[in-house]
Amino acid sequence: MRKTQPLLYATLLVGIALSAFPLYWLFVVATRSNDVVGDWPPPLAPGPNLWDNLGRLFGAEDANFLLGMWNSLLTSAVVTVSVVFFSSLAGFAFAKLKFRGRNALLLVILATMMIPVQMGIIPLYMIMVELGWQNRMEAIVVPALVSAFGVFLMRQYAEQAVPDELIEAARIDGCSTFRIFWTIVLPALRPGAAVLALTTFMGTWNEFLWPLAVLEADNPTVQFSLSQLSTTYYTDYTLMFTGALVATVPLLLVFIAFGRQIIGGIMEGAVKA
Amino acid sequence: MATDLRPRTATSTPPGSAPPERPRTGLKDRISRVEVRWSPYLFVAPFFVIFAVFGLFPLVYTAWVSLHDWDITGAGAFVGLDNYVTLFADPDFWNSVHNTLGMLVLATVPQLLMALVLASLLNQKLRGVTFLRMGVLLPIVTSVAAVGIVFSQIFDRDAGMVNGLLGLVNVDAVDWRADKWSSWTAIATMVNWRWTGYNALIYLAAMQAIPKDLYEAATVDGAGRIRQFWSITVPNIRPAIVFTVIMSTIAGMQLFTEPLIFGQGSFAISGGSLRQFQTVSMYMFEKAFRDFDYGYGSAVAWMIFLLITVLGVVNFLITRRSK
Repeated sequence: MRKTQPLLYATLLVGIALSAFPLYWLFVVATRSNDVVGDWPPPLAPGPNLWDNLGRLFGAEDANFLLGMWNSLLTSAVVTVSVVFFSSLAGFAFAKLKFRGRNALLLVILATMMIPVQMGIIPLYMIMVELGWQNRMEAIVVPALVSAFGVFLMRQYAEQAVPDELIEAARIDGCSTFRIFWTIVLPALRPGAAVLALTTFMGTWNEFLWPLAVLEADNPTVQFSLSQLSTTYYTDYTLMFTGALVATVPLLLVFIAFGRQIIGGIMEGAVKA
Repeated sequence: MATDLRPRTATSTPPGSAPPERPRTGLKDRISRVEVRWSPYLFVAPFFVIFAVFGLFPLVYTAWVSLHDWDITGAGAFVGLDNYVTLFADPDFWNSVHNTLGMLVLATVPQLLMALVLASLLNQKLRGVTFLRMGVLLPIVTSVAAVGIVFSQIFDRDAGMVNGLLGLVNVDAVDWRADKWSSWTAIATMVNWRWTGYNALIYLAAMQAIPKDLYEAATVDGAGRIRQFWSITVPNIRPAIVFTVIMSTIAGMQLFTEPLIFGQGSFAISGGSLRQFQTVSMYMFEKAFRDFDYGYGSAVAWMIFLLITVLGVVNFLITRRSK
């Protein structure tokens, strides 16, 4: 066992290098100028052109990159707050409250987790036309306000994180159910809610098919802007890479700050699944 | 539980409350009883209402739209199964099914195998556990269109690194976008890169729950590392494997962003000039949102839905039966 250790570390480091390299390459090209990108051997050190490229990125016509970033930040934030709130609320009810039909409703939620909702986008688009929400952020936010996965996750978490005695004691003190949720349950759910918040934020940030269907190029989300770049400027690699870098930075920041919790969340979810 | 609690509430209230409040307690009591009974429904209602309106209804209504001659001007004539008849004879549709399944296999099989290996490597006594796990998970943090952009460049015919590396071993430059197999490989590489670490962590969590004495007993019996892996580790993490296989299949059948970005330029939605890497989701999008043929697009969507369901069930049966 001892003897295999160096080999083990070497293999793992190669694996991590492979998983990090495309990100590093993203950064390198974003700091370079177009004339060296296709060189062989490829330029592997960062260059001095990042500011220049950023200027061109935010000035690029058709892409509306700044607006795209803003729209994505806004929609991702609103969706995250809403999903966490409604999932905690419903998760608490499913885990800790007794009501008729509870198990049947929970089964429905489990089943909907498996449904590829994306396949309903044609009628969803028609609904948005009816509501006058084409090319508006309401179209992105409102259908995403709740999540079956979120409810399920928070139910699992609430089950073990909130002691029944605490809830009973609060009831005896005359707390309303919502008050119990707000003052006792929600604080106890915080770690689980953090994981849900992070995955929801990332998921909304990466949403692409639906924004492409319902939005126009003059009011895009960030992924839409990126696809505009790759359609209009597909020979301009440094420009596209700078866009890709800027679109990835918020997720990277979230990851650096909360990576541990994300890993914990994935692994905990896996044990239960 | 509620019936158990109420008497206690009643007995505990009077000593604390002042006399003038006494007539109100009956009403308060009734309100609180109603509140306890109905608030659970109120708490779960937002999910069901929003999901019903924006999730379930559109999905079901897709079937209805697919039975009509329906375009941007609104619902036309009811045409029964005509859209499906056309669809079954539509070579472009079958081509997209073929492409999707091809990329699904190329993306799922290596991904899960690599994840298994990676997880068993991580499941040893290691220093720097958090660093290693975060490193493995890094790709999932990359914004999805960015993955498409980076790999499109890496797989570029003229400027790409892959062809540069192939040149070192005297292999001619490959035009990755030109053919089915090459473009599938490039796109599957993006998916593999992005999801291997995530699946590895799921497997790792399952592996850590396996009791250590199983391995000790196997070692005593003289079973080698590899034998232990196949006869102890894999069977014990079966639920995790089933979970990842089903999740990857559902995601793979809806593959959209990576091939679209890979396409670049004006052929993006058709997946290359000869539709060599158009997926079913892209085909649905092309029909509904480029050609504005909602009826036909809905038929495509409904077929994708059926395909996913069938594949899900097949997956489930296979993974369940193999031991």
